[in-house]
Amino acid sequence: MKFLETFFNGAVMAKYLPDLLGAIVTTLWLSAVILALGLSLGLVLACLRCLGRWYLTLPIVAFADIGRALPPLVVILICYFGLPGLGISLSGPAVLILVLAGVLAAFAEEIFWAGLTAVPKGQWEAGRATGLSFARTLFEIALPQAVRLGIPPLVNRALAITKMTALGSVIGVKEILSVSSSAQSFSGSATPLTMAALAYLAIFLPAVILSRALERRFSWAV
Amino acid sequence: MTAPSPVHRRPMLEINRLEKRFGETRVLTSIDLSVAPGELVFVIGPSGSGKSTMLRCCNRLEEPSSGTILLDGEHVTDCRGAALDRMRLKIGMVFQGFHLYPHKSVLGNVMLAQIRALKRPKAEAKARAMEMLEHVGLAHKADAMPAELSGGQQQRVATARALALDPKVMLFDEPTSALDPELVGSVLKVMRRLRDEGMTMLVVSHEMGFAREAADRVVFMDGGVVVEAGPPEAIFGNPQSDRLKSFLARVSKDEE
Amino acid sequence: MGDFLDLFLNFEIMAKSWPLLAKGLGITAKLCAAVIGLGLAGGLMLALGALSPRRWLKWPAIAFIDLFRAIPPLVLLVFVFSGLPFAGLDLTPFLAVVIAFFLNNSAYYAEVFRAGIQSVPKGQAEAARATGLSQPQAMLHVILPQAVRNVLPDLLSNTVEVVKLTSLASVVSLAELLYSANMARSVTYNSSPLVLAALIYLAILWPLVRLISRYQRGLAAH
Repeated sequence: MKFLETFFNGAVMAKYLPDLLGAIVTTLWLSAVILALGLSLGLVLACLRCLGRWYLTLPIVAFADIGRALPPLVVILICYFGLPGLGISLSGPAVLILVLAGVLAAFAEEIFWAGLTAVPKGQWEAGRATGLSFARTLFEIALPQAVRLGIPPLVNRALAITKMTALGSVIGVKEILSVSSSAQSFSGSATPLTMAALAYLAIFLPAVILSRALERRFSWAV
Repeated sequence: MTAPSPVHRRPMLEINRLEKRFGETRVLTSIDLSVAPGELVFVIGPSGSGKSTMLRCCNRLEEPSSGTILLDGEHVTDCRGAALDRMRLKIGMVFQGFHLYPHKSVLGNVMLAQIRALKRPKAEAKARAMEMLEHVGLAHKADAMPAELSGGQQQRVATARALALDPKVMLFDEPTSALDPELVGSVLKVMRRLRDEGMTMLVVSHEMGFAREAADRVVFMDGGVVVEAGPPEAIFGNPQSDRLKSFLARVSKDEE
Repeated sequence: MGDFLDLFLNFEIMAKSWPLLAKGLGITAKLCAAVIGLGLAGGLMLALGALSPRRWLKWPAIAFIDLFRAIPPLVLLVFVFSGLPFAGLDLTPFLAVVIAFFLNNSAYYAEVFRAGIQSVPKGQAEAARATGLSQPQAMLHVILPQAVRNVLPDLLSNTVEVVKLTSLASVVSLAELLYSANMARSVTYNSSPLVLAALIYLAILWPLVRLISRYQRGLAAH
């Protein structure tokens, strides 16, 4: 059967499996770093915005807007090809982490902020009235509610952005897509691409299904 | 002393041995009830007695588990697909929660099913809608959006929406229980007028005063069965069963 | 600073590369129109399928949605573009991009539509059916208008994502905006064309991103 031979060739699979496993590890650690950096930066920015100082709010809003409006690949290319001209040479993985964590931070800031504005004013007043400081009210009363509200959109967004680690293939990062693409051109078989698709499914399908479950749990819709 | 019995006329709505189960739970047990043309029948009973489910079975929003329902001699329970849609045109329903379409104006609410389901020409549908809005005293609100109306006004628009399809029978599912007390009167006024015009009506409601004054017959349901039925003066003045007696005692205590 | 301006904001080079970028912008526009149109239509169908009480419709629709939400769009694109020729299906880059992003994007739109339809109270459908409207009529005239209005910010934000997504088409050498800009960069050894492309994306998407933020705040306030 030609179809099987083309997309599920056992010999090709066996040959490139070790390379692919290495690439999966790369994709996983890149994703973990991007998630950790992006979410924490987004959270910090949303908290700083709560202070209500224009000299903080203005750059934060600009950052969040630009991060949400620009295609990540454009920024990746500018950083990767442009910065060396200024004497700043960043490796492929460094550029990928910087850009994607930045994009995730932009979205996360907006989601946390939307959650914070959705916490009723009475909650803040109750916190302050019981003698809590601004920071304590923020961390112990407002933020937990905001995070809870933000979890479903946050999970979806984090998923979408970790999937973008595939963009690393454009700037030579040895993640799943780039390794399988080069394997495909070496082997002259589409099988490595099938393996890549399966690898991504193995990583992200559980996450997608989990996000569905989370959404059901956290939705208290009308 | 009782009103002439309607049994010799063919009933407009006839419910025979209606049963409804949700899984293992039996909600309705062998309900028999018929409503004569032009009759106003009130269904009372404690909450959870199955009265709303019984009403919703009449237009098959709830699927009966067994039993038959006939409208003017035609089987409601046998209808499928488009035939059921056509049957529902003849059965007007007014819900407790009004359920006006929030994205359409008052006029749009009353015109939608006329145009789409009844296939009336637009001009005719509009004329009929205005006539019905006039009837419920809301012609001046034709261009308003539902959110701008009070609960009582919304309920009257919902009534007009059902009436505009020229139904043979009107079902009212607790039409006043979501309303502030001062708004109830306007809705009852519309229902009273409908009765005087000869509309056949089956009403599930807690408005005991209205039932006593306006109903031709009152049905008391409890635990999914019809416990007692009769003219209002008998039901309210001379209840037979213990269950009805204790229900009436509870209700009158609440009203004090 | 002089270096920076010369390398990133060189107006002379921007002006020179503009005709190329303008052509690319035209292709990006065509791509967006095709992917958004098909994605909306496919998404609506999938959402209706996923909400259907019929199992043979419901489960395939949900499987489709989850599958294509789990695979990174770039992987899908490379698979369609370089994988399918092995199966004897030679596609033009434009067609490959449209197919890949349609698959990805209809899954995302489907989730938005599904959430919207579920946000409409059950009583609305009952009221419609009680007045003799058929199931499709009730959906079309009563449920969908309310559903779309309830999820307008999400529809909009997904549409922004589609526009950003089209930049990936550069990877398969489709001469859209980013590809043209990167081409100009490699010819001029200067990043200004990429910056110009970024500015064009910003000019188109920033207003939309602002609008989404305002919408979300408006919803949160209610």
